[in-house]
Amino acid sequence: MAAIPLLPKRFHGPSVWALYALGFIPAALAFYLGATGQLPGNAVKEFEHLLGLWALRFLVATLTITPLRDLFGLNWLRYRRALGLLAFYYVLMHFTAYMLLDQMLRIPAIVADIARRPFITIGMAALIMLIPLALTSNNWSIRKLGQRWNKLHRLAYVIAAAGALHFAMAVKVVGPKQMLYIFLVALLLAWRAVRTPFLRWKRQRTAVTRSHPATQKAAG
Amino acid sequence: MPAYRPPRIAASEITPERFFLDRRSFLAAAGGLVLGGASVAHAAELKASASPFKVDEALTPEKDVTSYNNFYEFGTGKGDPAANSGGFKPTPWSVKVDGLVGKPKEFGLEELLALPLEERTYRMRCVEAWSMVIPWIGFSLANLLDKVEPLGSAKYVAFETVVRPEEMPGQSGYFQPLPWPYREGLRLDEARHPLTILAVGLYGKTLPNQNGAPIRLVVPWKYGFKGIKSIVRISLTETAPPCTWNLAAPDEYGFYANVNPAVDHPRWSQATENRIGEGGFFGSNRRDTLPFNGYTEDVAGLYAGMDLKVNF
Ligand code: HEM
Repeated sequence: MAAIPLLPKRFHGPSVWALYALGFIPAALAFYLGATGQLPGNAVKEFEHLLGLWALRFLVATLTITPLRDLFGLNWLRYRRALGLLAFYYVLMHFTAYMLLDQMLRIPAIVADIARRPFITIGMAALIMLIPLALTSNNWSIRKLGQRWNKLHRLAYVIAAAGALHFAMAVKVVGPKQMLYIFLVALLLAWRAVRTPFLRWKRQRTAVTRSHPATQKAAG
Repeated sequence: MPAYRPPRIAASEITPERFFLDRRSFLAAAGGLVLGGASVAHAAELKASASPFKVDEALTPEKDVTSYNNFYEFGTGKGDPAANSGGFKPTPWSVKVDGLVGKPKEFGLEELLALPLEERTYRMRCVEAWSMVIPWIGFSLANLLDKVEPLGSAKYVAFETVVRPEEMPGQSGYFQPLPWPYREGLRLDEARHPLTILAVGLYGKTLPNQNGAPIRLVVPWKYGFKGIKSIVRISLTETAPPCTWNLAAPDEYGFYANVNPAVDHPRWSQATENRIGEGGFFGSNRRDTLPFNGYTEDVAGLYAGMDLKVNF
């Protein structure tokens, strides 16, 4: 794992803040273009879609942190909270754009959409599930909740699956883009199922190679 | 909003001479098409007579009409048709009209362009709840049908889009969103309705590739997907012809597909629509959708006694 250059420790904190700053660029840029009349065609939908897509990207990114560490020893745990919160903020902006810019706050239409259109119901469920996760994304909650924090944050799996499904159901024809996200989420969730046996096997292997340095060479 | 009322005078009476198609300038333009390729195709001027069929609403800017399109043969994104249709060759072209007709015939594009062309400004309501107002140039479909003399047994009209995978990227590759050719259909009385046209241009010019060059259907009281593009074949049939979207998702897209604010798409409401190119980001560009897209007075009679919630 020496091939991956390690970020000096003193940059860890700033790099997380840089991630937040970078993370908001797509939304800020699209908002600027939309507000100045530079988004083509249906500006509101373009904006709404862009926010939804970035929400999904951040959800997927959040779930890749663990497999990256398991498989490649890459410890990017410090970015996971930022990625998860960015996902939450993007879903919130997606929802706000839908309510304010798209539906122009026509509450009956919004309520009817959420109640009657399965893809919107699913999206809304995902947003609601994200709220407790966002509220407990701080050190105090982690300490306070202990084991229960881990259990609660497994909701991220359900949310990502709901997001990918919502995307596939929102479009007229399920295409490569929707398939890609369904595939990525399926892969990342499947990893959680095989993770424990994999880590046990890996630990045993390291234990063995430690006690017999010669086999390490032989095994390559 | 009052539905427009066509004046009861012949178009020729109110049409100044200069609006009539100037054949010589068209032929010059057509020559340019062949030599200059697609870029010229967008610009070729097309003359047409003024028409009483003109909605009194602000036109959707030409830039939006030609850059925000659904034409899956060129990709599923709204910008794909404009971006990917540069290699499409709309000339030479011909349209075969056959089936239950007395005189089947293959019409060359020049022949079709020589029919009396009118400018018709129609609302266009997409099934995805957005809309435009477009100044089409075209001729009455009934006019063409008369030439082939439909038989008494003909009850429907079937339409087919060209299949050219080498020029239409959406028709090749691993992922193809729909089975080709794209097909659409109308009841014969709908096809013969005075509002139904075959369009060959918009905004005073020949159709850009992304809008269905060189010839497409426009049925203003129906959702946009009924307006099949780049037509190569029109067949008269006895039974209802297969329609692409109807086959793909029968519970979402009916055969009739008449604009109806009272019948929702399963995934969104059809009660309102976004008028493209208006209102921008913050202003309200949402408006109520009108039954039959505002053409009730003209077309409701076609559906007398039918339950439009069942026959959506
Ligand atoms: C995890 C949460 C969510 C994610 C990841 C997400 C993501 C997306 C994505 C990627 C799209 C498709 C964009 C496209 O067509 O290119 C979309 C569409 C849509 N989403 Fe969400 N969304 C979420 C939650 C919500 C919520 C809470 C609502 C509102 C209650 C909502 C309402 C919509 C609507 C109305 C559309 C369709 C827009 C249209 O084309 O008319 N979504 N969403």
